[in-house]
Amino acid sequence: MIAKEEMSLKERMARMKVVEGSYAVAHAVKCCAPDVISAYPITPQTHIVEHLSQFVADGELDSEFLTVDSEFSAMSSLVGASAAGARCYSSTTSQGLALMWEVLYNAAGMRLPIVMTVANRALSAPLNIWNDQQDSVGARDSGWIQLYAEDVQEAADAIPQAYKIAEDPEILTPVMVCMDGFILTHVYEPVELMSAEEVERFLPPYRPEHILDPNNPKTFGAFADPSYFTELRYMQWDAHRRALNKIETVAREFAEQFGRWYGGLIDTYHADDAEVMIVTMGSVIGTIKDCIDMMRSEGLKVGLVKIRSYRPFPTEALRKALKDAEVVAVIEKDVTVGNEGALLTDLKAALYNTPARVPVIGFPAGLGGRDITVRDIRRVVDKAIAARDRGIEAEMEFLSLREDLL
Amino acid sequence: MKITVAALTEPGSTVVNKTGGWRTFVPVVNHRRCIKCSLCEIYCPEGCIHQIEGLFVPDLDYCKGCGVCAHECPRKAIDMVLEEK
Repeated sequence: MIAKEEMSLKERMARMKVVEGSYAVAHAVKCCAPDVISAYPITPQTHIVEHLSQFVADGELDSEFLTVDSEFSAMSSLVGASAAGARCYSSTTSQGLALMWEVLYNAAGMRLPIVMTVANRALSAPLNIWNDQQDSVGARDSGWIQLYAEDVQEAADAIPQAYKIAEDPEILTPVMVCMDGFILTHVYEPVELMSAEEVERFLPPYRPEHILDPNNPKTFGAFADPSYFTELRYMQWDAHRRALNKIETVAREFAEQFGRWYGGLIDTYHADDAEVMIVTMGSVIGTIKDCIDMMRSEGLKVGLVKIRSYRPFPTEALRKALKDAEVVAVIEKDVTVGNEGALLTDLKAALYNTPARVPVIGFPAGLGGRDITVRDIRRVVDKAIAARDRGIEAEMEFLSLREDLL
Repeated sequence: MKITVAALTEPGSTVVNKTGGWRTFVPVVNHRRCIKCSLCEIYCPEGCIHQIEGLFVPDLDYCKGCGVCAHECPRKAIDMVLEEK
């Protein structure tokens, strides 16, 4: 699937640098040359915008860097800037994303192609700065496209892809690139840093059709009464449907130029003959892949489906990937209090009307930064096999609950 | 007016955007009782009652059915009637 650009592995290794995840993302943003960056610092996102502000201060990046008084202002200022035709970037996390909530819907509804990195972190209370995905999963209905990154390289490479998807005139929808806080933002990894020239070839300049222009005045986000609102929502929904293809295409174009492929809407690992399938998203995928290698060497047929695009939800791709599985286990770093995991619900809904309705069980795990260990994943696989052989006992179960605390 | 992708409108768009779509009650004027005092036209918060050939007629493209005209009419010439759609 990969690699055109005539570059040997050796040359690519020479281009690699060991950098912090936040730096890699900031560097990718720099290469996309956003006109306006607006952000409010919040752990663990802070480093990303710190690096960006350094780039601007050093004259490496010609952008308007707005230091605002809250995340609400950050997104609000970008809504204005984007409506005026600027390429915009922000990043946030957790309570910051929650404070942006109202404006998230505005940005999506006005069809402004803003790109934002979400450094996933748990939501209070209790106050917790560590990683889980409750924040962005909670924003899944806001109309933003959500891409989840498995590692630092993917999080950085998703930025130009996100702009290309968002700014497509057929899509015009903001994109959230979600990366696990601390696990990816604060880790030092060898990363192949792209250059501005390469990105320029990949990402065309933003040429908006509709902008705020005194000579041709227009209103964005105007009042729409009941006779219009449904159609506008439909058009948003329809843009997400078109984005399903666009995300695949852009990922492929990226792979052709840069030689790095992360899957389109989803990616699979040892999925062809797998009896037990694990479905998940984010950085835990690395651990799961290692674990699958181990279990495969023991003869256990375990496979993985990695969700890259959570919104739009890749229903068809998942149906195809999971149709031969005997049992599916969902591991996710969020929980819908009062129901079950959000991804578990979505996945079950996607499979419900198919003839091959496999048993699906779910495990909220790694909440508030708790490690998901190889032993945890083995336990998931054991439980999945038990569910296949003896029927489902519990559809959802918290993974590695500390009974001593309860 | 065909709506565009970004939900934006040209200036003066209410000429083509009809805003009366969410009405429940519609004013029905009994012109025989009307004394042409023009209070309904004055009080209409939408400014959508117009004098046409001497008769005061609500513009149903913009009327929200609030009933202010019926309330103000000293001759009770306006009835608010449940609108069938």
